[in-house]
Amino acid sequence: MAVAEDKTERLPGWNRPRQVEPDGEGELLEVAMGPHHPSTHGVFRMDVALDGERVIRLKPVFGYLHRNHEKIAEGAGYLASMPFTDRLDYMCPLTNNWAYALAVEKLTGQEVPERAEYLRVILGELTRVVNHSSAIGFLIQEMGASGTPLMYAFKQREKILDLFEALTGARMMVNYMRFGGCRVDATPAWLAGVRKVLDGLPQFADEFENLLRGNEILMARTQGVGILRPELAVNAGVTGPMLRASGVNYDIRKVDGYGIYNRFKFRVPLGEHFDVYDRFMIRMLEMRESFGIIDQALKDIPGGPVMDPKAKIRGFRPKPGEAYGRIEAPKGELGFYLISDGSPNPYRYRIRPPSLINLTILEDMCMGVNVADVVLIFGSVDIVLGEVDR
Amino acid sequence: MLGEGILKGLGETARNFAGSFVSKERLTTIQYPEERAEPIEATRDFPFLVYDGNDWEAGLRCVACQICEKECPPKCIYIVKSTDKKPDALGKPQIYPTRFDIDISVCMSCQICVEVCPFEAIKMDTEFELSTTDRFGGLLYDRAQLARSNEYYHSIHPTEAAEVDARLAEEKVKADAKAKAAAAAAAAKAAAAAKPAVAAAVPASSEEPATKKPEAETQK
Repeated sequence: MAVAEDKTERLPGWNRPRQVEPDGEGELLEVAMGPHHPSTHGVFRMDVALDGERVIRLKPVFGYLHRNHEKIAEGAGYLASMPFTDRLDYMCPLTNNWAYALAVEKLTGQEVPERAEYLRVILGELTRVVNHSSAIGFLIQEMGASGTPLMYAFKQREKILDLFEALTGARMMVNYMRFGGCRVDATPAWLAGVRKVLDGLPQFADEFENLLRGNEILMARTQGVGILRPELAVNAGVTGPMLRASGVNYDIRKVDGYGIYNRFKFRVPLGEHFDVYDRFMIRMLEMRESFGIIDQALKDIPGGPVMDPKAKIRGFRPKPGEAYGRIEAPKGELGFYLISDGSPNPYRYRIRPPSLINLTILEDMCMGVNVADVVLIFGSVDIVLGEVDR
Repeated sequence: MLGEGILKGLGETARNFAGSFVSKERLTTIQYPEERAEPIEATRDFPFLVYDGNDWEAGLRCVACQICEKECPPKCIYIVKSTDKKPDALGKPQIYPTRFDIDISVCMSCQICVEVCPFEAIKMDTEFELSTTDRFGGLLYDRAQLARSNEYYHSIHPTEAAEVDARLAEEKVKADAKAKAAAAAAAAKAAAAAKPAVAAAVPASSEEPATKKPEAETQK
């Protein structure tokens, strides 16, 4: 489907419509969607000004879930922040662990054993499958198909979470990765379990796609809705599936090749129409690429330790300096910026959360659309409030 | 054809609905309290204190070093050190915790206390049905409530507990060897100190303890 010609007047270098003029008579209706609206993924509020059905203004209000994570981390040791990172994006705790471990490893110059790197890749990609399938489920739920697609996604998610629990001890709050490796080693039985789940995943993806892809209601609701142009996406710092759905080829797994990602063969799907449907399909395709990465990692995983034997887990003092560790989390670029002053606590601990930064262009995407589409566009951003507010 | 996609999707739903009658794979819901999921061995939720032997108070492995209290991210552990020493399970006099409280309502099950404990004294439980009507007192566990026997630990985490026991046994052998060697050395020293007084004229005898000591070590 071709993109409709966009005739709105725009500011130079910025894609935001200068103004959406109310066309009807009478007053604007101001609606507060949230903070406990069923579509808001948590405690998030959108103050929307409506002219009839059309959105004239949209103001995102967040901070309801603020937990002072960054400041707490500056007062606690490096290890003590690891379990708190699980609670950032609680749909994918393992990638949060990974990003934080990567930042601290850069700061201290620790090496990670091969086997641990492979385990990290396997867990990271399983997390991506969990996140993308749930994100699609939630997106369809917001369209009004309550329950069924989400339960499809959650059925598969449950199997993967069982794997996480068998390895790390917890389904979601895993606290698994450590500076210089991983906490416990995977048994051969666990790896066989991953293989078993992986064998079922393509079938799940097929069924899921069968259920949704050709659906006329879904196509009518999502195609051509919530267009995010590549220039705006790049200017606003949007990352992850959002950016790739806007046709920009930027995947940190390819760009940085952090960990051992340059050893794996995978493709980066890109969108052509920049709309909600593209964002939905990009997640579907990325999920399938993840199956391939897990498959390669399971074939190649070497033996050996999972933890650098010289690594200290507590009470270490990194040399004064700074480090930024970033990974391609399922939602976008997740980065941890650390400054050390030589004490056992970080001097500054800053997170670059993909959810928050992807959310900043919400108003631009929603300008002038119908109010029912706001919910859908919001769903296609795929945020978790734990990460937005921290 | 318009509506084809919807019909295809409905077909998928119908296949799962019908399939749930024949295939266990498609029937995913577990009717908790009546049915329960298979326990997973690595599961963890809240910490407990391990004791050896039958008497929990005498057998607690904890020596109140307070590392877990310091490292606990949400600071839910409260320890008071004893002023006296009491023999532990091995009969060695040790400081012990007169108070060891964990606020279960604050604990976030991160397992860092377990990782940093040098004495294998604190481990993670799997009991999750802990709801109570008293949210202050009922969720603040003291030493007596936290103490669990090593046998209980074996029953919930068999693999891990076996590893821990092996490690502790190894340490004990080492400690015993060290203690014996130290005792032997002390005895030899005492003998050497005693001998010169008796046989100061014989220089060869002062070398005797030095040759004896390696023998004592190789025996163990």
